[in-house]
Amino acid sequence: MIDAGALSARFDTAHDLVQLMTPEGERVEHPDFSCELDDEQIRAMYRDLVLVRRIDTEATALQRQGELGIWASLLGQEAAQIGSGRAMRRQDFAFPTYREHGVAWCRGVDPLRLLGLFRGVDQGGWDPRDDGFALYTIVIGAQTLHATGYAMGMQRDGCVGTGDAERDAAVIAYFGDGATSQGDVNEAFIWASVFNAPVVFFCQNNQWAISEPIERQTRIPLFQRALGFGFPGVRVDGNDVLACHAVTSAALQRARDGSGPTFVEAYTYRMGAHTTSDDPTRYRLHDDLEHWKLKDPIARVKAYLARGGGADETYFAEVEAESDDVARRLRERCLSMPDPDVLDIFDQVYADKTPELVRQQQEYAAYLATFEDSETGSGTGSAVDADGDREGAPA
Amino acid sequence: MTQLTLAKALTHGLRRAMDLDVKVLVMGEDVGKLGGVFRVTDGLQKDFGEDRVIDTPLAESGIIGTAVGLALRGYRPVCEIQFDGFVYPAYDQIVSQVAKMRFRSQGRLPMPIVIRIPFGGGIGAVEHHSESPEAQFAHTAGLKVVACSNPFDAYWMIQQAVASDDPVVFFEPKRRYWEKAEVDEDGSPDPLFSSRVVRAGTDVTVLAYGPMVKTAQEAAVAADAEGRSLEVIDLRTLSPLDMDPVLESVRRTGRVVVVHEATVNLGIGAEVAARVSEECFYALEAPVLRVGAFDTPYPPSRIEEEYLPDLDRVLDAVDRALAY
Repeated sequence: MIDAGALSARFDTAHDLVQLMTPEGERVEHPDFSCELDDEQIRAMYRDLVLVRRIDTEATALQRQGELGIWASLLGQEAAQIGSGRAMRRQDFAFPTYREHGVAWCRGVDPLRLLGLFRGVDQGGWDPRDDGFALYTIVIGAQTLHATGYAMGMQRDGCVGTGDAERDAAVIAYFGDGATSQGDVNEAFIWASVFNAPVVFFCQNNQWAISEPIERQTRIPLFQRALGFGFPGVRVDGNDVLACHAVTSAALQRARDGSGPTFVEAYTYRMGAHTTSDDPTRYRLHDDLEHWKLKDPIARVKAYLARGGGADETYFAEVEAESDDVARRLRERCLSMPDPDVLDIFDQVYADKTPELVRQQQEYAAYLATFEDSETGSGTGSAVDADGDREGAPA
Repeated sequence: MTQLTLAKALTHGLRRAMDLDVKVLVMGEDVGKLGGVFRVTDGLQKDFGEDRVIDTPLAESGIIGTAVGLALRGYRPVCEIQFDGFVYPAYDQIVSQVAKMRFRSQGRLPMPIVIRIPFGGGIGAVEHHSESPEAQFAHTAGLKVVACSNPFDAYWMIQQAVASDDPVVFFEPKRRYWEKAEVDEDGSPDPLFSSRVVRAGTDVTVLAYGPMVKTAQEAAVAADAEGRSLEVIDLRTLSPLDMDPVLESVRRTGRVVVVHEATVNLGIGAEVAARVSEECFYALEAPVLRVGAFDTPYPPSRIEEEYLPDLDRVLDAVDRALAY
């Protein structure tokens, strides 16, 4: 008789969740990972957490008021992003999805620049080379291949495994649970593995891909997939900023040392909607949300700091006031972001603008000028010369 | 002067590009030890090492997606797609990432990537090995698309494509890989994005690119015997199109036939016809005629010679153009 059960017995789904701080704010030990941060650093992380949540709340409000076309909230995922983002060094490089506002904050990207994409005034308003933070990527999972290629470039530049802490670098690729079903993500795993690329695959498993639960993406815990690709996988409490920092620090160092990729599954929960256009009441239970509220990533850090004397009410109030100030200024600057000039788009397609684009740009400028003439009696501005260069545009 | 096959001319061109710039990488399936299934990268890995000539896993999206990352890091990847019909798994990375990166970043992030694609039929291959998908890339803003037709151009155009700061989809006429010609490796090439009159004539302008240039030239020889003078233009660049030599020619001949292996529906010929009618309507003595593949998938190879435009079908179109 054929015993099919023999196969089931080999299917081990046991897993370990790395946690260094409980939802109640109690520090706990883990055999493999430990928190290297002192209270001052934890206080700074608390500030990060509060500020990015406040920025996120303000962006959601701006969308509700019609100032943004859409917003993808990071609510609930602050610890995963701050913990991993603060584990990066200056020379490291992050490849985000479109929800990594907390990582952007850690890298020093002005939050205003993030809003540009969602307001519709640009498609990526920062220079990735300034802060080691790539443009947001909307096509799910595509950036994991870019991250892997970039990491292969670091290898070729001799920035891996030299032992020089200022030189050795790594890449961190962000993606969600839904993205793990994409071919590109699986190809990135294969590339990173066979080339031993210095890349950390940081998956925020927030349980939901718009309306589809994690069960629609996988039958095993995601981190266990890593073994099949030939590198370690670890599941970390994504709402525990200390654990996220410790695990990501170790994974990045492993990559910088030349020991190859790691898969980090930050187990968390998307507390808000997928985006402001989504309505989660159609597909998930309110009870789940209440359950995860008890695991809030910020409350536990506050409880820890308050209980241990790491911070007092004055500090909490200062951070609160600062966050309101950041939000107020962000709102003001958002409202005054200028719309792009349509005549500029012709200049941004190619390094060497094609004759056809030059012609289209000139024709459209001339077309626009006919309206100016009729409305104001003067055909100023919008001039494009025979080479397609704009008057007053930087050379 | 050296006698080179088109494939070998590409090898020499790639070798020189890699010599000139250490940031140039070659990556693709079987491009290393094997030298590629058409041997275009023959010997490069031996001389430039595995870090610069990379045998990749067998996944086209991965090839292009990692090339994007390498380009962001300052490299100039030359990606080989093994056959035309295998480019589609990479289509998203090419169209959504490679083509748009500069635009999305307001010009900050160049994508100096070359995507080499052996294209076209006529070699008796199984399905997915004989396609002509160039219009699908020419239709995409942000890409540049060229096709070489002879060893001299192959040698120079691949170097110019590598030197371009814009992404170039580089189509190689696979059935012409083994044809030889003199290549002057110290010569001076035309600009990459230019078309060129390859045979002067007075009665009908015949436009072609890639493998069909030779067919058009043969048709011109045959027409000459019948007292008809065909001017043949090798388009060379499909996006952007270089229309000036075309329009200059059409103003003299008044008749145009566009030839390509790709299906005619929304093909390069359709765009050329529209441009010609916009720019020299009054010079035309006949409608712009297209000779291309039927709007079917590529057929089994035993009947591909009927499916592909040949000398007779070009001459038939010339006759129809002259009948107006």
